[in-house]
Amino acid sequence: MDFYLTTVTLGFCYAALALGIFISMKIFNIPDITTDGSYTLGGAVTAVMLTHHQSPYIILPAVIIAGGIAGALTGLIHTKLKINALLAGILVMTALYSVNLTIMGRSNIPLSNLVSLFSSIQIVTDANQNTFWILLVFVILITFLIGYLLKTDFGIAMRATGNSESMIRALGVNTDRMKITGLALANALTALSGYFFVQSQDFADINMGIGIVIVGLGSVIIAESIINWLRITSVWLSLILVLAGAVVFQLVLAVTLAIGVDPNMLKIVTAVFVLLIVSLPRLSSLRSS
Amino acid sequence: MITINDIHKTFNKGKANQVNAVNGITLTIAEGEFLVIVGSNGSGKTTLLNLVAGSVFPDAGSISIDENNVSKLPDYRRSQWIARVFQNPVSGTASDLSILDNFRLAAIRTKAKGLSVGINNKFKQEVKEKIASLGMGLENKVEQSMGTLSGGQRQALTLLMSVMDSCKVLLLDEPTAALDPRSAEVVMRTADKLIADFKLTAILITHNLKDAYNYGTRIIQMSEGLVLRDLNNKQKSDLKQNDLFDWFG
Repeated sequence: MDFYLTTVTLGFCYAALALGIFISMKIFNIPDITTDGSYTLGGAVTAVMLTHHQSPYIILPAVIIAGGIAGALTGLIHTKLKINALLAGILVMTALYSVNLTIMGRSNIPLSNLVSLFSSIQIVTDANQNTFWILLVFVILITFLIGYLLKTDFGIAMRATGNSESMIRALGVNTDRMKITGLALANALTALSGYFFVQSQDFADINMGIGIVIVGLGSVIIAESIINWLRITSVWLSLILVLAGAVVFQLVLAVTLAIGVDPNMLKIVTAVFVLLIVSLPRLSSLRSS
Repeated sequence: MITINDIHKTFNKGKANQVNAVNGITLTIAEGEFLVIVGSNGSGKTTLLNLVAGSVFPDAGSISIDENNVSKLPDYRRSQWIARVFQNPVSGTASDLSILDNFRLAAIRTKAKGLSVGINNKFKQEVKEKIASLGMGLENKVEQSMGTLSGGQRQALTLLMSVMDSCKVLLLDEPTAALDPRSAEVVMRTADKLIADFKLTAILITHNLKDAYNYGTRIIQMSEGLVLRDLNNKQKSDLKQNDLFDWFG
């Protein structure tokens, strides 16, 4: 039971990240690699502020702003300097490594015995369950906010920007500004995942973000397969599927480890699993044709 | 309404593939005028239209709309006057968004896209009624994504979308080029009706000389980035369809 609980909790930690990737990849059609850096940035800001005995409620907006700035930078480089989005993300991610190291001062910060978001609120006595419930509340809140945003006029304009740029410009939207805003939002969400992760695991590490983008991509791709398969158009259902994708992704990894696969092989398993999900619809359509 | 004063536009300046697309065009388009532009490929028609829309900026010369100098204004700010229908139906609508979402964006073309939910039952009803006027039977499909419709249906809806918000200028860049003859006729008739009903100033680019003959109150022929012929309403109505074909002879 504890096994599944910690896995689902970890999935919830990554829910914000998955929603961030959903926004950058599915809504804006931008493969955003800034993620690796902004996730660690969120973790670094959280860890340093916690060790300076700041309240988690003050850290929360600080993390969102930090992630937002990182994303906006990628957006600015991409739109104003007309640099390929993938390269813009890689540049910012690379630069963020030094920024994160400077913020942290060293490569690893342990956080045990500090007051974190999960120890400051007591819903149930069991620490693991407590973390689970608090995260669940946050995940619902974030999903609701993003879902509402996507329903507003601004949100529709955002979705149209990634879909038909010529159309939305003709309808009076500054697409450069919209992309910068969107990437800022996506990376603010990613940083938020770092904030949750660091506090649930009681440490921050400079390398915690390496390859984290695949966690987000995997979650979104799992969701997308189901969205395409069932021809879902509802924004709410899509978001819920992305969340489910984040949890399923962690479950698959946890089960892989539990059945005794060498932990060194975990990244291969991750890559193969994502490949499998991406290729399954194509493989099955190949066979039927 | 639209004053174009000696505009020039050159692409890839100084390179081997330099293109002098527009070479000093001066044109005044009066309010309510329906201008048809014909000309062979590469004559600068689309560039001229893009210059008016603000998708590209002139190297020299000026453009004003309604006495406002808009030469430096990007396309998303000229949208306060201008609505566009593109050659490719995909460019004028967002495929993954529902018809209703597309119409919502069109309804606030000249306004800010804010953080409130604008689609409600009243709006939905309004859109349904507007779409019903097309007589295409699309009014019960407003929740469907735009991508499920045919090119002709999408072009007709794009036209309708252009008058959802206050609109003074309508730019039509070969709106029927990708359509079959039947759909093309429906789209052209719809365009003509909307232009008349809403007293729009319109510019139509077309390669279809029959359309060029049948529609519009003024016609110009472009060649090598310049206006070769310019016929007003009277001269245009005296024109015979064969004369038009002779222009390209």
